Amino acid sequence: MTTTSAPAPSAADPALDVEGLCVDLSTASGTVRAVDGVSFSVRRGRTLALLGESGCGKSMTALSVVGLLDPAASVTGGAVRVRGEDILRLSPAERRRLAGPVLSIVFQDALTALNPVQPVGRQIGEPFRIHRGLSRREAREKAIELMTRVGIPEPRQRAKSYPHQFSGGMRQRLLIAMAVALDPDVLIADEPTTALDVTVQAQIMRLLRDLQDERDMAVVLITHDLAVVAQRADDVVVMYAGTVVEQGTVREVFAAPRHPYTRGLLDSVPEDAERGQPLPAVPGSPPELSAVPSGCVFQDRCPLVRERCVRERPSLRATGDGRSAACHFSEELDRD
Amino acid sequence: MTTAETTTADGREDAPESAPVRKSPPRWWRLLGRDRAAAVGAVVLSLVVLVALFGRLFIGDHAQRQDLDASLRAPSLSDGFHGLLGTDVLGRSVLARLIDAAATTLSVAVPAVLCSLVIGSAIGLWAGYHGGRRESVAMRVADVILSFPSLLIAVVVLYVFSPSATNIVLILAVARIPVYLRTSRAEAAELRSRLFVDAARTFGTPSRSIIYRHILPIALPTLLTVATLDFCFVMLTESSLSFLGIGIQPPDVSWGLMVAQGRQYLQTAWWITVLPGLAIVLTTVSATVLAAWARIATDPAQRWRLTLPRKRRGASAAVPPEMIP
Amino acid sequence: MTESRTTTETAGPRTGGHPPLLEVRGVTKSFGSGRRRLTALDGVDVRLGRGETLGLVGESGCGKSTLARVLLGLERPDAGTVRYDGVDPFALRGKELLNWRRRVQMVFQDPFASLNARMSAADLIGEPWRTHRDVVPDARAREKRIRELLSLVGLRESDAHRYPNEFSGGQRQRIGIARALALDPDLIVCDEPVSALDLSVQAQVLNVLSELQSRLGVAYVFISHDLSVVRYISDRVTVMYLGKVIEHGETEDVFDRPQHPYTAALMSAAPVLDASRAAHDQEIQLKGEIPSPFDIPSGCRFRTRCRHAEDKCATEAPPLVVRESEGDGDDHTALCHFPLEARPAWA
Repeated sequence: MTTTSAPAPSAADPALDVEGLCVDLSTASGTVRAVDGVSFSVRRGRTLALLGESGCGKSMTALSVVGLLDPAASVTGGAVRVRGEDILRLSPAERRRLAGPVLSIVFQDALTALNPVQPVGRQIGEPFRIHRGLSRREAREKAIELMTRVGIPEPRQRAKSYPHQFSGGMRQRLLIAMAVALDPDVLIADEPTTALDVTVQAQIMRLLRDLQDERDMAVVLITHDLAVVAQRADDVVVMYAGTVVEQGTVREVFAAPRHPYTRGLLDSVPEDAERGQPLPAVPGSPPELSAVPSGCVFQDRCPLVRERCVRERPSLRATGDGRSAACHFSEELDRD
Repeated sequence: MTTAETTTADGREDAPESAPVRKSPPRWWRLLGRDRAAAVGAVVLSLVVLVALFGRLFIGDHAQRQDLDASLRAPSLSDGFHGLLGTDVLGRSVLARLIDAAATTLSVAVPAVLCSLVIGSAIGLWAGYHGGRRESVAMRVADVILSFPSLLIAVVVLYVFSPSATNIVLILAVARIPVYLRTSRAEAAELRSRLFVDAARTFGTPSRSIIYRHILPIALPTLLTVATLDFCFVMLTESSLSFLGIGIQPPDVSWGLMVAQGRQYLQTAWWITVLPGLAIVLTTVSATVLAAWARIATDPAQRWRLTLPRKRRGASAAVPPEMIP
Repeated sequence: MTESRTTTETAGPRTGGHPPLLEVRGVTKSFGSGRRRLTALDGVDVRLGRGETLGLVGESGCGKSTLARVLLGLERPDAGTVRYDGVDPFALRGKELLNWRRRVQMVFQDPFASLNARMSAADLIGEPWRTHRDVVPDARAREKRIRELLSLVGLRESDAHRYPNEFSGGQRQRIGIARALALDPDLIVCDEPVSALDLSVQAQVLNVLSELQSRLGVAYVFISHDLSVVRYISDRVTVMYLGKVIEHGETEDVFDRPQHPYTAALMSAAPVLDASRAAHDQEIQLKGEIPSPFDIPSGCRFRTRCRHAEDKCATEAPPLVVRESEGDGDDHTALCHFPLEARPAWA
């Protein structure tokens, strides 16, 4: 695949296009499929949320996109297209070339994602030295510029500090600074605010949004928090047990879910619940990856389950207006 | 990989045994059967113990009976049972002496290791759990003991008092207490801040019950591993004491003493030294392998490894299921 | 209806009537000394009746975990009083202290770390009885009681012999709850009991907690940073900031008509599901982060992040503002020089 012959990407083309991604994981009890045929795409300036509970494969999806999968896991199928190239077919060296200027990631735990024994200024300047060949001093200036942009007070002095000398919120800002350093097309944010306090979380979300607007990035937001999705994302992909069960725009999906799992999740938020009334909880817990049922993945917990759900796994099919859901009986959810 | 995911996502629970309802954990001897190395270790150790307990009934006075005509005979099948492993310079049967020495060796090493293990761990767990002044005092005492060359104290003490087996045990025990004290203190100090210890405190559980119920069971496998390694150390120290003439006194014999005595014949009669040395190594290795197995078998989160078919276990070693998001 | 007093009182429930189940007055606790002195609690008042739920809200470093430890008798306060039915647990000794311990139990945030992985579910749930031997004297009764407790929290009887690693997070938390119930307590301190759980499981555990309350009449101190959870489960809410209670009142009062700018900011910062409400609601962005508890600002401790802060806030301790309750609930109190109007700006 030669990049020269590829047409220049237009604004309508997705910045990131994932198609039928499958990831296998070898565990003690054999190989299990952690991500099973996940597809989504996101354009520049849009935010797509990958929503799901722990173990649903959302992080695994993100890590395979940026090529940081654990050695126990391997991508066994699908394509991840960025700027018209399938990056899963690239050599490690070619992928490294894309890491930073095209694709970058912000992790949840900023303390472990930063090197504890290097001053932060040097770490933030590192992308410039690697990809743009800047001198140490030039990279430092760039780093200070970025630190100012993400709201670190007294950046020139603070550049000499080490990660542990910053608060959790400030560390997350540093990590974001590093991720956006080279103006990536796509920024993947893996639970970027989960470890933070509510008021700080709001600040970080605001910063991410401002940077996105300013740099016209596509953002993939990985989260388990429905409210964050509601407030921050344009589109949502709901994952369950390694598969996509529903996707569409946040507004429509949250207003009228077409998969019983999405419905169950939305209902179990205690936001509007009356005190003293039991919350409508989804019974049971997600299946183990090694014990995902052969029919519909959600059958064990589903209120609509029928014989057909046990027999046949529903495929993700379009339900009109750009939405799709993987349920045999999604129409029934619309009715009530 | 988010923390939420690494903690709840469970490769762990797809161990095959967890899927069906299982009433009780598998019996320990079945787990032992699944681990071949540990099973062999257990067999060797039981043999050594049996020999130490009952061996003397079968050898009569062969361990002491001299026969200068039969001096330094190589191991051979033609000299009967007592000539099986050759003879030493005085023509004594090496096999008979090995069996005799097993009893002496274990009767020194086992009590010494047990004493230091029990005393050292008890003080260490107590000091580590409470922290503060109790901890510093205990640690300083340990440092003082460690800073003396243990062999030197042994020489002095055994020279002043009579070099009896009891004194040797006491000296070795005291000298090794700091090892357990430090290990158990470190474990306890880490474990005392665990949430389940806090939980126990909310029920009003007294400190010694917390130590006994929550801290000891988790620290014990580590301590046992240290103890098995120490077993070897104690046997060797005992042999150096014997070599200096203040350890086990002839006509009693220990493995260490046999190694020491045979050293000068190493080039002409290797069996006098190598065979007791081998006995020490085999016993220690068996104990160590068994301790490693016990560490896994007593941990409910690890136990499933031993229930896996053997082939898979090798493959899974690279990826502990807890690590998989 | 609003009166203002310029004393250095704290925002908290005011006394009245018969002694409640739990009454905490002016509890102060600090750690370390000199410049490394960390003030974790600074004059905290808490009051709770039988069978009620008090929500305790605040961000990291606000002192809610220290308060929980004081309530459980694990930390002795430097000053102030703690009373359970009028009895000071810190004055108790020996058998009396042991008996008191039965009455207050705790459910922890982390369902993984709070259960000893080497004990089976039955051992874990029955562990408190090994200290309190007279609660369930014989082995047969214990087994029966463990089965009862398991079914009470929605686990199967066959789960008794399984180990923590064989349970999911939600199931482990149920074990933690069953263990807290083993001694029939009057009060359970729940420290972020659902924040480590998946959303679909969170609702299950919250349901278990509220069902237990209506069946057993147990009271909860419910610590959480998740406002929607607190709003759902609590009768009254106490908001803490840097070791001080800055607002207290009936849940509806605090959530619908917050008086303290911090409470208002906290509520607007928390993302909400309902997009229409979010758009309606002007997000109040706070400046900066929580100051270090080693170095608490003078005057009003929130002033460094407050939009309404004036010079007065740095020099004077804020007065207690009391808005009397319309019903027979607790008065709605706050510590602020410039409390917010009774009606929120967007209403």
